[in-house]
Amino acid sequence: MKISVQREDFDLSREVKAISGQTTVGAVASFVGLVRDVPMTLEHYPGMTERAIAAIVEEARGRWNVMDCTVIHRYGELAAGDQIVLVAVASAHRGDAFAACEFIMDYLKTRATFWKKELRAEGGSWVEARASDDTAAGRWKK
Amino acid sequence: MKVKVLFFASLREQLGAGTLEVDLPAGVATVGALRAHLRSRGASYEGALGEKKALRMAVNQEMVPASATLKAGDEVAFFPPVTGG
Repeated sequence: MKISVQREDFDLSREVKAISGQTTVGAVASFVGLVRDVPMTLEHYPGMTERAIAAIVEEARGRWNVMDCTVIHRYGELAAGDQIVLVAVASAHRGDAFAACEFIMDYLKTRATFWKKELRAEGGSWVEARASDDTAAGRWKK
Repeated sequence: MKVKVLFFASLREQLGAGTLEVDLPAGVATVGALRAHLRSRGASYEGALGEKKALRMAVNQEMVPASATLKAGDEVAFFPPVTGG
C-alpha cells in the first residue's frame, strides 16, 4: 500500500505497474482526477491527511479483496489540466477493484483534509464543499 | 492547561493565523467550548467561528464532534468542510 501527499506530478503507468507485480493480481482499476478549467492552489493538513487516507484505504481493504493499492494526492499550485489525484487498486477480479477504487475516491472527497482555492483573474476563492459529495460517500454506508 | 490550535484554508485567512497556543480557562473542557471561547478574541474570530458556520473539528488529527474533551498538549484543528479529490 502506498500513500503519498506530494507537490510533484505522478506517472499513471508507472504506478499501475508497481501494484501489478503479483501473478495473482487479475485486475487493476485506477482513477485520475484533473484540474478542470481554473488554476488552483491546494492546501492540506500535513499528518492528518495521510492518516485519513490510510484509514480510508484500511476500510476498503476490510470490504473488498484489495491486494495492493496506491493513493497519490497533490497539493500546492496546480494549472488547468494538471493531475491532482490518483487512486489505483489491484485485486484478483475487476468487481472488487472497481468498487474499492470508487469507494476510496468518494471517501477522499469527504474525509481527506484538502482544501481547493481557485485562482481567477479577479482573485482567489475557496471552493465550497458540495452536498453531492456527501451523497456519493453516503451510499457506501450499509 | 495549554493546547495547540490550528486553522486551515478560509479560516486561516480570515483569522490571519494558522497556529495559536491557547491556555484554556477553567470550564473550557471540550472542543465546542474552545470554539466558543475563541470567539471572544474579537470580531474576526466571532465571524470565522460563529455557530452558524459549518466547521469541522479534529483533535490530535482525528475528526471529532464538538463534545470531544480536551487534555493538555492536544492539537486541536478547526477547518471548513474538505474539498479535495
